[in-house]
Amino acid sequence: MPYLYNTAEDQRDMLEAIGAETIDDLFAGIPDELRLNRPLDLPEALSEMEMDRHLRELTAKNSHAGNSVCFLGGGCYDHFIPAVVDTIGSRSEFYTSYTPYQAEASQGNLQVVFEYQSLISRLTGMDVSNASLYDGASAAAEAVLMAMSASRRHGKIVMPESLHPEYRATIATYLENLDTEIITIETPTGVLDAQRLAAELDETVAAVVLQQPNFFGCIEDAQSVAQAARDAGALLITAFDPISLGILTRPGDYGTNIAVAEGHTLGTPMSYGGPFLGIMACDKKLVRRMPGRIAGATVDRRGTPCYVLTLQTREQHIRREKATSNVCTNQGLFALRATVYLSQLGPQGLCETASLCLQKSHYAAEQLCEQERFSRAFGQPTFKEFVIRDAEHDVEGLLKTAERAGFLAGVPLGQWYPDLADCFLVAVTEKRTRSEIDALVRVLAGESASLPAQV
Amino acid sequence: MRNTHDTKTIFELSKSGRRAARLPACDVPMCDVADLLPAQAVSAGPPALPELSEPQVIRHFVNLSTLNMSVDTHFYPLGSCTMKYNPKRNERAAAMPGFADLHPYQSEDTLQGMLELLYEMQETLQEISGLPACSLQPAAGAHGELAALLVAAAYFRDVASENGDEPRTKVLVPDNAHGTNPASAAMAGFESVTIQTTAAGFVDMDDLAAKLDKQVAVLMITNPSTLGLFEPHMREIADQVHAMGGLIYLDGANMNAILGITRPGDWSPGKEGADMQHYNPHKTFSGPHGGGGPGAGPICVVEKLAPYLPAPVVVKELRGASCEAREDADNSRPETQNSQLPYYRLDFDRPKSIGRVRAFFGNVGVLLRAYVYIRTHGPDGLKRISENAVLNANYLLSRVKHILPVPQGERCMHEFVASASALRRDKDISAMDIAKRLLDYGYHAPTVYFPLTVAEAMMIEPTESESKETMDAFAETLFRITEEDAQLLHEAPHSTAVSRPDEVRAARQPVLVYGD
Repeated sequence: MPYLYNTAEDQRDMLEAIGAETIDDLFAGIPDELRLNRPLDLPEALSEMEMDRHLRELTAKNSHAGNSVCFLGGGCYDHFIPAVVDTIGSRSEFYTSYTPYQAEASQGNLQVVFEYQSLISRLTGMDVSNASLYDGASAAAEAVLMAMSASRRHGKIVMPESLHPEYRATIATYLENLDTEIITIETPTGVLDAQRLAAELDETVAAVVLQQPNFFGCIEDAQSVAQAARDAGALLITAFDPISLGILTRPGDYGTNIAVAEGHTLGTPMSYGGPFLGIMACDKKLVRRMPGRIAGATVDRRGTPCYVLTLQTREQHIRREKATSNVCTNQGLFALRATVYLSQLGPQGLCETASLCLQKSHYAAEQLCEQERFSRAFGQPTFKEFVIRDAEHDVEGLLKTAERAGFLAGVPLGQWYPDLADCFLVAVTEKRTRSEIDALVRVLAGESASLPAQV
Repeated sequence: MRNTHDTKTIFELSKSGRRAARLPACDVPMCDVADLLPAQAVSAGPPALPELSEPQVIRHFVNLSTLNMSVDTHFYPLGSCTMKYNPKRNERAAAMPGFADLHPYQSEDTLQGMLELLYEMQETLQEISGLPACSLQPAAGAHGELAALLVAAAYFRDVASENGDEPRTKVLVPDNAHGTNPASAAMAGFESVTIQTTAAGFVDMDDLAAKLDKQVAVLMITNPSTLGLFEPHMREIADQVHAMGGLIYLDGANMNAILGITRPGDWSPGKEGADMQHYNPHKTFSGPHGGGGPGAGPICVVEKLAPYLPAPVVVKELRGASCEAREDADNSRPETQNSQLPYYRLDFDRPKSIGRVRAFFGNVGVLLRAYVYIRTHGPDGLKRISENAVLNANYLLSRVKHILPVPQGERCMHEFVASASALRRDKDISAMDIAKRLLDYGYHAPTVYFPLTVAEAMMIEPTESESKETMDAFAETLFRITEEDAQLLHEAPHSTAVSRPDEVRAARQPVLVYGD
């Protein structure tokens, strides 16, 4: 067994010290009738070399953003990860440590969380951030619960169809056993109409959940939505794209009360959708209702500035069933990666990244729409992804053709939106080159385009 | 050597004009931003991020890392957390581009290797738990608890509508359970009812009988318990709860003690044992813990609950070989002609499913590390893990009990809870004092003041990946500390960069972001 120390001699000595004859005696507390008296029915052990071969065989059956050109989005994106992020993320002092309950043994982790919270606050324009949650969708669901508790309104939650369908599904699951009604507003134009929203709002609505840019990539009129929510006394929850804040208005600037995001784009690989980083930031007055861990600055007994986990009376290990949430972990390693990523990019780097996404996605949309077969489904401004309608109604065939040519070309929308069965979502990050975009257009236009040379 | 210059915050280190990242020039025709975006959507200026050089970024974070204790650098006997060795081959596997660079919305055709691994993981977790259905979706143990309780709620809604029963509103939780249990129950819309435990640390059967009725949906139990003991009445508890129509939820935090030895699904022979459980792969299957996450919280359930699991799950089908594949088979392996090939796909068509508890599939990066760990061990190896985890814990208990009493007895499973209450009474030395002083000697502290049922609790879990020598030295250190001057201990640790942070100040005057 590769990770055990105990030799046969150790085991004998230890059993003698314990006063037991055999290791099996130590399990005497488990009644015989409950014991599994056969080996587990699992494959035999693999050596490291055999494992390596096995994993290579498995990965050979996958296409991925490293051997295909990835234009997939919808909440998970192929952004660039600088080497420094991997270097720091691989420090085992970080990744083999645990929750910093013993502050003296965890000042590194605690300062990272404090810096992370500060960066998220600056990025979003919100007062405070927690130490992170599981992912964007569950952060949105937690924000809804938090808004209900803060506003003491448990009647309704309002969200548009332009909010990520899996975020909506997650919120619905979290609310299923509670008596709160979910109002979903249609978004035929690709964005939420503030007047339609206002018509749905009353004094029972706890919160409006907006996504900016939304699931279709479109820019919502966040100011008007925020105003409508404020007028009705409802809180505004905004699900934002962290990369977009290199160029777009910050959630705090238009009156968001709770900002949430999927933060994997800040230096964490796609990894088939997880583990990811749930970002949550909020108004100062809501902080004691926030779920999850929070680090704070203080001083030690000698007066040395330092950091601790704080406001823990919100949390399950103290408050049990009265806690603000059952959340017990944060995504510490990815909060670290996000902190390193944002430190590495700095203000200019993040602006340029956002600008490249904007310009390249705009170029890709223009080029695609030069083909008669394609048009934009919505006439709204977009940031880094957009919805294309296929006049020939063959999204599946189109994407399969592209896949064979080495392109992960888009996300078909019919699975969530029957009215958009002839549409797919295309995302263009800073990593995509003009030649890749041009090749994608040729492939989707039915020309036999070969992949641009992979470096 | 400690470097206090480069561990100033990134905001203090920032200097206007510095930058680390350079982006490529834009290779498409540039448009004016004002033509692409409405004016009110465009930020007035760049975000106020720090400006640093790349060497500075590295020096800052590398120095911060040295202020942590970690499994790779120190003995970390933090009870309930299973701080075992984190194998490096797992890390390498998770970083392979064929896993790390997969997008969750790729077509199934392009994901066969990934889906095969996840399917095998479902099957593996089912076999280890003795429960026939699995969802890999939950992102952490507590998230698994929530998902499973929502599954139970959906199941009971159906039962109620079929039988005209009253809805079930309560979840029973023993008083020594993790705080997540009652918190998850509340979040899922249930009333959490506490069951007393006996002085020996087991479920008080009289209290259970008094509180068990037809309003009870679920009894959540941690077994082995947070005291490191196997519940002797497990079968009886399961039978009584089932007789009342309720379900048993196993908090799987302590699976490291029982791999291949006993299975929660088998805990009432001939009948149903546990009906649901979560795993903590970041504990049992070697993590890592990542400074607080990510974890994962896959759940396994009995057949009748399977339709309610979060969607999607991975299913395996046998399909006729495609024309291309057949041609290959004709050329190279004629014996496979006309054979059926496995094809893995995501099953979303689950009308009774509770839906999603998160976006995308699950914490795949954590699950695949667990997969590598399990395949590295095989059935015998997994059993050896539990045997040695229990051996180590009992050995350390035998060394510690002379120094700090272990109220719940002579034997334990994978961990035990010692008490410093006598020491507190006689010498004014608390569990916290000992925990802090251990840091001076180069040991991470055990979990202290949990479970709440033991006064001055110190919960110690050595795990199987520690040596007798380490445990001997730890026990000797513990003894030495109890002989030290109380005042010295009150001010411990003495060797760390900081000592005894003012937590009251942190909570009363919260400074949560730089510059506040």
